[in-house]
Amino acid sequence: MKNGDILRIGCAAGFSGDRTDAAVPVVRSLIESGGPSVLIFETLAERTLALAQLARRADPQAGYEPLLDELLRPVLAQCLEHGVRIVSNFGAAHPEGAARRIQRLADELGIRRPRVAVVHGDDLSGPAHRELLAHALGTALPGEPLVSANAYIGAEPIAQALRAGADIVVCGRVADPSLVLGPALAHFGWALDDWDRLARATMAGHLLECGAQVTGGYFADPGYKDVPGMARLGYPIAEIDADGHCTLSKPEGTGGRIDERTVKEQLLYELHDPAAYLTPDVVADITAATVREVAPGHVRLEGVRGHARPPSLKVNACFETGWFAEGEISYAGPRAEARARLAGETLRERLAGVAPLRLDLIGVTSVFGDDASRWMEASASGDARDVRLRAALQHRDHASAQRLVREVTALYCCGPAGGGGVRTAMRPRLGMLSCLVPREAVPTGHRFLD
Amino acid sequence: MDFPQSAADGPLTVPLYRLAHGRTGDKGNRSNISVIAWHPALWDVLVEQVTEDAVARRFALRRPSGVRRYLLPQLHAMNFVIDDVLDGGVNDSLNLDSHGKALSYLLLDLPVRVPAALAQHLAGPP
Repeated sequence: MKNGDILRIGCAAGFSGDRTDAAVPVVRSLIESGGPSVLIFETLAERTLALAQLARRADPQAGYEPLLDELLRPVLAQCLEHGVRIVSNFGAAHPEGAARRIQRLADELGIRRPRVAVVHGDDLSGPAHRELLAHALGTALPGEPLVSANAYIGAEPIAQALRAGADIVVCGRVADPSLVLGPALAHFGWALDDWDRLARATMAGHLLECGAQVTGGYFADPGYKDVPGMARLGYPIAEIDADGHCTLSKPEGTGGRIDERTVKEQLLYELHDPAAYLTPDVVADITAATVREVAPGHVRLEGVRGHARPPSLKVNACFETGWFAEGEISYAGPRAEARARLAGETLRERLAGVAPLRLDLIGVTSVFGDDASRWMEASASGDARDVRLRAALQHRDHASAQRLVREVTALYCCGPAGGGGVRTAMRPRLGMLSCLVPREAVPTGHRFLD
Repeated sequence: MDFPQSAADGPLTVPLYRLAHGRTGDKGNRSNISVIAWHPALWDVLVEQVTEDAVARRFALRRPSGVRRYLLPQLHAMNFVIDDVLDGGVNDSLNLDSHGKALSYLLLDLPVRVPAALAQHLAGPP
């Protein structure tokens, strides 16, 4: 470790379904800056893994990030040529499948095959772990079929894979900030109980992990929080120093903004107790953290402290819990709201006894209220003139859930005057449960493909 | 909602979004909403009026089981953790916005009384 040593980590995706053209300017910036650098893609939200397991069931080759090619194709050759290493959880439910696909992609591009490491240990969905899950969930264990069960594993296997020479590290479920802490551990060689440094790099990861959410995405509010160039947001890059402190910026010439306000909002995003942000690697504490714009578009995070990591790992388990049905129909012009409300009452009567029904009047009130529709009931009937009625329910049984779809469709002929634009959808419902398992019960590691 | 703009020296009542910005995050059936002062001078007003009780009242129709406020004075920011307010969370809720992403704007519409002397620090058009 040398003083002045800086590791640059750029993030080019913040969820599965994010923009896929973000990596090019990030990689260009990393290469221009020189020095060691890493590109991460964070593509797993809470339910993504369950959806990936279902995809793999339907097609044994699938189960990894469906946009993998689009994410990597534009930058793979440059990353390999310039030594920008890639770390991602885009392996989802099938990290080995993703790793093999990356090698084929290299072949298609006519470049050398990268050394791809696959991190394992997070997937607890197999029969070997059934007892562990049953014990951890106790009486909460449902009778429904299990779709996915994954432990949030930490940065250690990522660091090991990088130290062993991986160009690319493919993970399934690792804690999001571990995608950044892993490379920092490998680069700076910190001890695994150097809690302050681990916590600082973890919070750098926390700021990066949602991509554009720290550079003007999920932020713009015209007249209050103006963001230039929303259509070409630059994704974030963190410069991490040997003590784990970081300075965030984004590539030159991109849209978006990064300042103290965008960074503070993202620092607190999905955080609960600021004294105890729990990850598998460390408990981070931001109660003394400072956020300071040190130069235009460069924001420094300091003052993060760390405490010993938790003894347990969090596990999310998803179960097939039936079906989710929804339908919508539009009314416009004079008395549109009254006609939409009448359509809603009609559905309530037709679907009485099937399942609790949620009704929304899009254009009047549709998201602030809860599923009991108290909000809508509490709001006086108005005279909105462009209203879309939405109805939703869930049921264990497919045919019962589908009754909603049929009743909304029937409103074409049997509903109030002028109803049009029916759209309906049926989706499998995934019930999710969280539990804790002892760290020792989840051995992790990595191995190289081939 | 009516926000009288009192003349001269009397206190103003303005929506919270003129004092603070924030965003919502979700984990399971729990929502967290940050409230970050536009200007340090507005911090004391936020601490005094944007309380756990005020937030619980704001979300009463969603029946939260608990509201907890964490203060980060060095950032002029507070974090609200609101329990059992997402109809089970993203996998269970029938809401179009099953994450509750929009909920920061429910909170940011909260009426707040501001001394006239601080009016210069309020964000947005007067």
